[in-house]
Formats: sequence, structure tokens, C-alpha cells
Amino acid sequence: MTIQLPKVSVKDLQEWSKLGEVLTSGHRLCAGCGAGIMARQVTLAAKALGDPFMLVNATGCLEVATTIYPYTAWDAPWLHNAFENAPATASGAIEAMKAMQRKGLMREREVHMIVFGGDGSSFDIGLQSLSGAVERGHDFLYICYDNGAYMNTGIQRSGGTPQGAATTTSPPGSVIPGKIRWQKPLAAILAAHDIPTFTASPAYPRDLMAKVQAGLKHDGSAFLLVDSPCNLGQRYSPDQSIEVAKLAVKTCFFPLYSTYKDEWILSGVSLRLAKNPEKKLPVEDFLKVQGRFRHLFKPEWKKKLVEIQEAVDERWERLLKKTEF
Amino acid sequence: MSREVKGMTGDEAVAWAAKLVNPDVVAAYPITPQTIIVERYSDFVNNGEVDTSFIPVESEHSAMSACVGASLTGARVFTASASAGLALMYEILYVASGMRCPIVLAIANRAFSAPINIHGECTDQVVCRDTSWVSLFGESAQEAYDETILSFKIAEHPDVMLPAMFGIEGFIVTHALERVETLSKQQVEDFLPEYRSTKYRFNPDEKMTFGSLVLQDYYMEIKRQQEEAMQRAYTVTKDVMAEFSEMSGRKMEIIEEYQLEDADYAFVSYGATAGNAKAVVDRLRNKGEKVGALKIRLYRPFPSLDVQEALSGVKAASILDRSATFGSPGTIMQTDIATALYGKENVPTLHGYINGLGGRVLTLPEIEDIYEKTKDYHDVGMTMTTDWIGYRT
Ligand SMILES: Cc1ncc(C[n+]2csc(CCOP(=O)(O)OP(=O)(O)O)c2C)c(N)n1
Ligand code: SF4
Ligand SMILES: [Mg+2]
Repeated sequence: MTIQLPKVSVKDLQEWSKLGEVLTSGHRLCAGCGAGIMARQVTLAAKALGDPFMLVNATGCLEVATTIYPYTAWDAPWLHNAFENAPATASGAIEAMKAMQRKGLMREREVHMIVFGGDGSSFDIGLQSLSGAVERGHDFLYICYDNGAYMNTGIQRSGGTPQGAATTTSPPGSVIPGKIRWQKPLAAILAAHDIPTFTASPAYPRDLMAKVQAGLKHDGSAFLLVDSPCNLGQRYSPDQSIEVAKLAVKTCFFPLYSTYKDEWILSGVSLRLAKNPEKKLPVEDFLKVQGRFRHLFKPEWKKKLVEIQEAVDERWERLLKKTEF
Repeated sequence: MSREVKGMTGDEAVAWAAKLVNPDVVAAYPITPQTIIVERYSDFVNNGEVDTSFIPVESEHSAMSACVGASLTGARVFTASASAGLALMYEILYVASGMRCPIVLAIANRAFSAPINIHGECTDQVVCRDTSWVSLFGESAQEAYDETILSFKIAEHPDVMLPAMFGIEGFIVTHALERVETLSKQQVEDFLPEYRSTKYRFNPDEKMTFGSLVLQDYYMEIKRQQEEAMQRAYTVTKDVMAEFSEMSGRKMEIIEEYQLEDADYAFVSYGATAGNAKAVVDRLRNKGEKVGALKIRLYRPFPSLDVQEALSGVKAASILDRSATFGSPGTIMQTDIATALYGKENVPTLHGYINGLGGRVLTLPEIEDIYEKTKDYHDVGMTMTTDWIGYRT
């Protein structure tokens, strides 16, 4: 089943940029943090739709760094409950407003609900809450900003940490070189709930914003997985976040697609790479710019690099099959 | 006043009372012996008898999380649980009170695993004593019915704005068919007006942040505000119960005194055990013993002053506690009472009896034995003793 992505032009971006920031300056995310860039793009896309929107945020960097009492960086209704329960919390708020509207205790109108959770929250501890809420079909867009580890608690491995990456609980030891297993296929898991599912990158804002708008306009749950560069945890310099995010897409490490009920559609750079496979960059280009993969470039772990390239290729080929390329 | 009487189990009484309240949101997950509450309520929803949004969540953790999300929009919210389910909610119980959500939670008190057991025991609720929830116990289906309704009024009172839980013992009350005097829809609507405040709440028009990170510089002030609200909940509960008694024609107080005026000895209990304690008082009174019973209905905020006054002049109190604690200086209720009475004059010696775990029956003869045991302890000058009663060695 096809989901229409709205066209977002550069001119649209210019217009929307005048709407005013929702995640305002003064927050305490690291300089260069991809989560802040992602959140600004998401909220601007939501604001451009014109209807009121509300945010529920799971515990993690984005939550902790933006709401240190008595300050807040959010110019929108925003709620944090705990680490593993943002989808359940959003279900409660959505259904409460519906009931109060039925009873005439609240004005009836369209309200968009956006839920943010990190990879730790979404791949691991909150997966049950997310799956349950999606199964019940509450009308929200869940956005997992995936920075590949529990960053807020000091870079521990998660189900979203890539193979080979060094974290504080998957350190590059002399016997085990970082994270052993590949990431959980979270987008595919959510897609298997028969909801519109997207992947996006803050390096490609128009693609990301189009997907946010499509997800919000969908009547029911929708899911968006965003690659979220993190200079502190992935170990590169703060001015390189967008470069790193671009390399993730250009190496097919993080492909951009939309899927709904077995129809898979590539977008942006990923679509171009499908058409021009010779342009696909080796995954080493993505790995070598990040300190978390540095140990893999030691001679003894060369075979690990080969394995990672093979895994990336295999996943990309499987995706191409689904998208009929 | 017209009094309609119906036969209901404790769980049904909760469901029927909740139906009259017609909360905006009920988010709940089934667990024996609470299931009948959610099942009945689902009937009401699917037959269009209420206009509640029912959220059939995938766990109790999500039930309480959804309740918090719902309550913060300004909605009226209800849920029910027991034992393992309540334990799974535990993390979010603190969020609910810390964010001042006046959620009402019915508990079908049940023993904890392991070993797994589905029967009546109050440990699940008493261990939530420090969560900053108003906490009540009910003795019967009637009290379950009444406490369902008045809990909303206590929790939502502007001086309180804290969540409230009330417990009835699994099977003993939840599944026993009893006589219940019901209220009319109008009576409940008058008692609990359909007003919701959406100001300073999580809604599309308030660009406000809820659930901030609060560090050393403000955290303690926020916790202190909860304590002050808890203290106010004491007076509010008294007032609400007085108003409820007036409306229903049934006397409802934070503690219940039975034959205590001239008593030398007293049983202190809560929940269903109170009924048996009163029955034993009648038996012993017939034999000429000067004995009475005190039932504690409001557990948090703990009614220290009322307990102290009720027990003033009593020589020795037998505290019947259907909850487990290990390596503690007394039973859970006993340590609370001891703290309330410490250093006061005319206070009884305190003898705690842990009993009835996992639904084991505490028989009337056993309570009579307890009475004798307490007298013996008192006579030999022991001021504080704790025993387990009714187990095989
Ligand atoms: C129940 C519970 N367990 C653990 C924590 C500690 N904790 C807070 S944030 C966090 C990691 C968050 O990781 P992620 O979701 O990936 O977000 P990020 O910080 O990386 O943005 C952890 C483990 C918690 N708050 N609650
Ligand atoms: S640790 Fe990473 S995700 Fe967290 S604020 Fe810093 S850059 Fe952003
Ligand atoms: Mg993370």
C-alpha cells in the first residue's frame, strides 16, 4: 500500500524557517548533537502543517538536556514520564483528550502527537510499550532517534549499536572487538505491525520533513527511525555530524525508505544509489571517521571490517529486493 | 432516602461504582483477583453504558503510564490491579504522585510471588506506603463501592492533587457476594461534579513542560510539597467521608471504633480481618471480657492522632496484620502504630500478629487465642511482641 510523501521544496524550507523554533536555543545538548538537529526539523515540519501538536519524550539525552528545571527549551506542550513508557503515556493523553471531547469538556479539533525515544528506549526497554501502543492503533507518530547507544548514561551498548562499535559495555578488548551482534531491525519490526514506517536522516531535511508530515497525517500510528549522529558517543568532532550522517546513507549503512503493508519505497540518495550502484561508497568511509570504530582498523581486526561490509551489502540487497530494484 | 440494595461481589461493586463515576479514561490490565473489575467495565464500555476511553494496555507498567499521560491532560482516570501487577507499576506510582496526578487505583489485594499464589494478602498495598499515594482499605463490598467513589473526591481535591489507592482483599472480598446499598447516578454526579481543569495541564493550548529533570537545587522542595499535600489529605479525607456519609446515609470514617469506650484490650486491623475481629469482640463481650476493635481505613496519610485517641486507656492491643515483612522490628501496621504512640501517655502495649498470608484463613478461635496470648504478654510486662500465627512448623 502506498503512502504519499508530500513534496518539500527549498522554498518551503525557507518559508517554514520563519515559523519560529519549537526546540529553542539554550538547551544543553552537546554542540553538534544530531538529536537537536533532528528535533528541530521534526517540529518545524509539524508546525508547518498548521494544526496544534504535542510532544511526549522518553528519558534520554534529548529529554534530559532540554528541560533542566526551572528552564525548558520547548515552545510546545511537552511531557516526559519515564524511560520505557513514552508510547503508553501518549496513548493515555490521546484517549483522554478524545473522551473529554466526546463529553464536551474539550474543544474538538485535530491535534498531532509526536513521541520521541532514543534507541535504548525504542529498541530495548520500551519496545513492549511501543508495540502495544501501535497494536492498539493510537494516532501518533513515534520517532526513534538512533544514536547507537545509551548516550545519556555514558555510551553503553543498546540493541541499536552497530556491530563492531565500541561502547563502555562493549569495549574494544583484546578478545572481543566491540559490539558482537548486528542491530535489531527495528524499522522492519514496526513495519510488520502494518503501520507506515519510514527511515530518515537529518542530513537530508526535506526527505525527513516530508516523512514527518506523512506520518502525522496518517490516521493511526506511524513510525520513523532517524539516524542521529552523536559526536560524543560516536567519537568525531562536533562539526562533522552532518558529514557522518551523509556517509551513513551513501554507504548504504542507513538506507532511506518508506514502507507500508509490504510496499517498500526508497527515497533520496538511497533511491539514486539503487539506480547507480557504482556510486555506493565502501562502508569503511563511514567507519573510519568515527572513533567508535577505530580499533577495527588495527591489522588483527581487518576481517571484522570485511564482515561488516558483507553485512551491509547483504542488508542492502535484501532491501533492494523488497523495493523491486 | 431511597436505598436500593443489590447483591454484588467486591469486584463488581468497584466496577458498578466506577460506572457511576464514568471516568474519562480507564487503562487496565487483567490480574486475578482484580479481573472482574476490568471485565465488567469493558462490558459497560462496549455496550455504550459509559463514555470512557478504555485502554486495554499490554502491561500494568503501561496501564499506570497511560493513566499518568491521561491524568496530566486534566482527565478523570481510573485503573485497578493487584500483586505482581501493582509491583510492575511501582516505578510509575512515584511518577503519578510526583506529577500530582489524581488517579484512582483499586487494588484486589493479593500475595506476591514466589511461590506464586493468587489469594488475599495486603502486602502488595502496604509496601506502597512511601509512594505518596493516599491509601485506603475496605472491609466489604459496600466499602469497596463507597471508596471507589469517594477516592476520586479526595484525590482531585485542590488541596491534595495526589493519586489514591484503595484495597479489598482478594477473593475474601473481591469474589464474595454481599449486600450492597447502591447510589443513584444523580447522587454521584452531585457529589463528584463533572468539572475538569485543563489549565496548566498537558493540552494543545498550554505550551508547558511536564516531567522536567529536577536536580539538587529544586528536587527537595517538590518532594516537600507532596508531603504537605499528604498532610492536607488527612483533613480532606475526613471532610469527604463526612460529606459522603451525609449523602449515602452510611457512616464512613478514617478509623472505625467498635466497643472501645471501656475496653481494656483491643484488636487493631484493616480490611476484611476487621469483620472477624468484631465478631470475636462480640463473643468475648458475651463472656464478660472488656474488649473492643479498631479498624484502620485510612492507611496513608496515617491517622496517628485518631489511633492514639482510640487506643488511649487500652492496656494491650493485638494487631492483626495480613501482610508479610521479614526481619522487621514488628508487623508493618504495628511499626506504624508504635511510631504514632511512642512517648505518649496511656498507650497500650503492642502485640503484632502476622497472619493469613497467601489467603490462609484466620479463624475466630485463632483470634480468641491471640487475645489470650496478648493478655499473657501484657501480664508479664512485655510491651512489644511480634508473632506469626496460623502456620505449620
Ligand atoms: C527504568 C530505567 N532504567 C534505566 C534508566 C537509566 N537511563 C536513563 S537514559 C538511559 C539511556 C538512554 O538511551 P537512549 O534511549 O538511546 O537515548 P540517548 O540518551 O542515547 O539519547 C538509561 C539507561 C532509567 N532512567 N530508567
Ligand atoms: S551525548 Fe550524543 S546524543 Fe547526547 S547530547 Fe551529546 S551528542 Fe547529543
Ligand atoms: Mg541512544
